[in-house]
Amino acid sequence: MSISRRHMLLLLPAAAVSWKHVLAGTPESSPNYTMSQHWWGMLIDLTKCIGCGNCVRACQSENDVPDGYFRTWVERYHVSDYDIENPHVDSPDGGKKGFPPAKDDSGKNFFVPKLCNHCAESPCTQVCPVGATFISPDGVVLIDKKYCLGCRYCVQACPYGCRFINPKTATAEKCTLCYHRITQGLTTACCESCPTGARQLADLKNPNDPIHEFLKTHSVQVLKPYMATHSKVFYNGLDGSVR
Amino acid sequence: MKAFKDSGHLFRLAAVFAVGILLFVVMRSFLVPKSFGQYGHYRGDAMSDIAARPVSFAGHETCETCHTDVLDKKKDGKHAHVNCEACHGPQAKHVEDPGSVQPPKLDTAVLCARCHEANAAKPKNFPQVASADHSSGMPCDSCHQPHSPAIVSPASGDAK
Repeated sequence: MSISRRHMLLLLPAAAVSWKHVLAGTPESSPNYTMSQHWWGMLIDLTKCIGCGNCVRACQSENDVPDGYFRTWVERYHVSDYDIENPHVDSPDGGKKGFPPAKDDSGKNFFVPKLCNHCAESPCTQVCPVGATFISPDGVVLIDKKYCLGCRYCVQACPYGCRFINPKTATAEKCTLCYHRITQGLTTACCESCPTGARQLADLKNPNDPIHEFLKTHSVQVLKPYMATHSKVFYNGLDGSVR
Repeated sequence: MKAFKDSGHLFRLAAVFAVGILLFVVMRSFLVPKSFGQYGHYRGDAMSDIAARPVSFAGHETCETCHTDVLDKKKDGKHAHVNCEACHGPQAKHVEDPGSVQPPKLDTAVLCARCHEANAAKPKNFPQVASADHSSGMPCDSCHQPHSPAIVSPASGDAK
């Protein structure tokens, strides 16, 4: 059977597609870390947070976050007895240098550390037009700096305000849950430096992780549950006024 | 027999399209990284790029392999569960080269106040002081040992 010129032209695209799969080869395997065995999140126990700002400073030095930008920050809430719907929130320099004395000791005062919630159904990854941000197979929302165009869609999409554009690289940036540390068996920089253990890295796929016992025995909440983001940053003792 | 006049044009047009599509597929196979689509609509190698970043916090397990004396001091005190680098700062460089890279000396008057300065927003059961009243500017370590801060020795006299 002879192939006519026309048939040859029809076959070439198919050949190119199959060649691409040959080029792709097999996925590289990491010797010590299997992504499919982990599902990362974080537990924040607000009853232990003292607002020292260690986490903010640790994050900045670990991840080279530019001044004035934050991958994690601490907010101080002041909730008046008479207006619990409208709390007063301050976060001087992200809480990096601690907090000055409260102006108003009446009502309720407490700290809320914030970071990327590493949502299982994250709104930010869904809007990326170029596949630069994604949820890794181990449940961490990450950004591929080489692919990011800096279009800011994701910055707008995040309901928690966790993303920013790095002025040096002009790409989107956010908490990576210290991906370079957790893949080595270390905890995140913020958890490592937290003096009271208010922050704890949690591996939801590890049956021996203390997170499971904690979730069973405490009233734990996530931020903005009505956004249906399936956030994996769990807050213990979260006040209803927190936005 | 021809279906209609000049139908040969259609074949030439189809050929132009076929070449265009072919060119697109071939260029795409070269321009799109091999790992794109490995796990989803993103570059699979991005994860190893991010994971390749060097650490700056060594982790308390690493500190404890050498500084067992401090661990002994800490273990019965109130600061038993405070990790080393919470106060001493990131020390991965010190781990790599303990001889030449030394952790900076800490000023306890600043350091302790970060956590223990009284603030209405801190949990009520957390020990807090108004440092101006408590020590009138004296460094905390003139009375408290930072690794085990409770004052137990009667020799310290009227310290508290």
